[in-house]
Amino acid sequence: MLPSPEELKSAIERGVPGSRVTMDGARLVLAPADVVKVCRYLRDHADYALDYLSNLTVADYPPDPAGGGAGRLQVVYHLYSMAQKHGPVELRVDLPRANPVVASVTSLWRGAEFQEREAFDLFGVRFEGHPDLRRILLWEGFEGYPLRKDYVVEDQDAD
Amino acid sequence: MAVDDGLKSELQKEGVYVTTWDQLVNWGRSNSIWPLQFGLACCAIEMIATAASRYDIARFGSEIFRASPRQADLMIVAGTVTKKMTPQVVRLYNQMAEPKYVISMGACATSGGPFHKGYNVLKGIDRFIPVDVYIPGCPPTPEALLQGLITLQDRITSRALGREVAAKQGEYLVPEFGPAGLVPRYNPDIWTPPARPAAPAQPPVPSAGAPAAS
Repeated sequence: MLPSPEELKSAIERGVPGSRVTMDGARLVLAPADVVKVCRYLRDHADYALDYLSNLTVADYPPDPAGGGAGRLQVVYHLYSMAQKHGPVELRVDLPRANPVVASVTSLWRGAEFQEREAFDLFGVRFEGHPDLRRILLWEGFEGYPLRKDYVVEDQDAD
Repeated sequence: MAVDDGLKSELQKEGVYVTTWDQLVNWGRSNSIWPLQFGLACCAIEMIATAASRYDIARFGSEIFRASPRQADLMIVAGTVTKKMTPQVVRLYNQMAEPKYVISMGACATSGGPFHKGYNVLKGIDRFIPVDVYIPGCPPTPEALLQGLITLQDRITSRALGREVAAKQGEYLVPEFGPAGLVPRYNPDIWTPPARPAAPAQPPVPSAGAPAAS
């Protein structure tokens, strides 16, 4: 059985010295610099054994039009354990919209490769250490990141 | 020379059959339309159901789905045409032999359907290739696809072969990928954008004494 999110948070902070985890409901929000260390801890610890990255995606929170804030991009990780048959554990990382960079987890879960390419393609998040970070769905030469809230779709009826 | 229908029927009762070359050829052509075998999305599942035993498209002579455009008469655009797929669809159409026909199957192929406001879907394949029959639905039922096929058969039998071949000659423009979509966005030779509704009149400027809008 998985521990509660609060117990998991304190376990991570004990197991990965120097890491900082905050809670957002049942989710654990990591600092961008800690992602690989925390993920490796959760994958390799026998009690958690989160050996399967089920989902890696991004949510875009644009700036509040009422004023204030630069908005943020939030990378979302859903982890399961095939060995322990438990999950999911949901991790999130807040990144600035202007220059979103986070370390790749491809070295931990090979299946992250295409999901990180999709996140790069559609949201413009750069994953450092990714072996082959190219657009995956759209073509080379496409400009902008169409799943961001401020993307303006072209007018197909225009000349 | 066309034969009067009444005379033709009288002659048939006596065992004499008269026809014209066009009627004979079109009778054969319309009952052996070979579709190009490809599907783009969920409409293709309904197309497969149409070809299977329950609906049996073979009753109309169109059961031979060809895997090569060189051997196909009919392109059934069955599903969502993404911008990334559009050049390939146009190229396949160009490779088919005349006379060739296109059925736009379902809401997506006709207008973009539920993806009309999206960034990645072409808003209708008729922007790049000429469509003969449109089938509404999301997806259209097999009955609707058969109705579309019968409509196309009527169209084939009502026209002279020579004129059909001449009308479909030539290659159609294959679009390229640009920074936000296809370049060009449509083929101006075969499609023009619909007239835009006139811009709404500007609301009257409130006078100084009027209460400010909250």
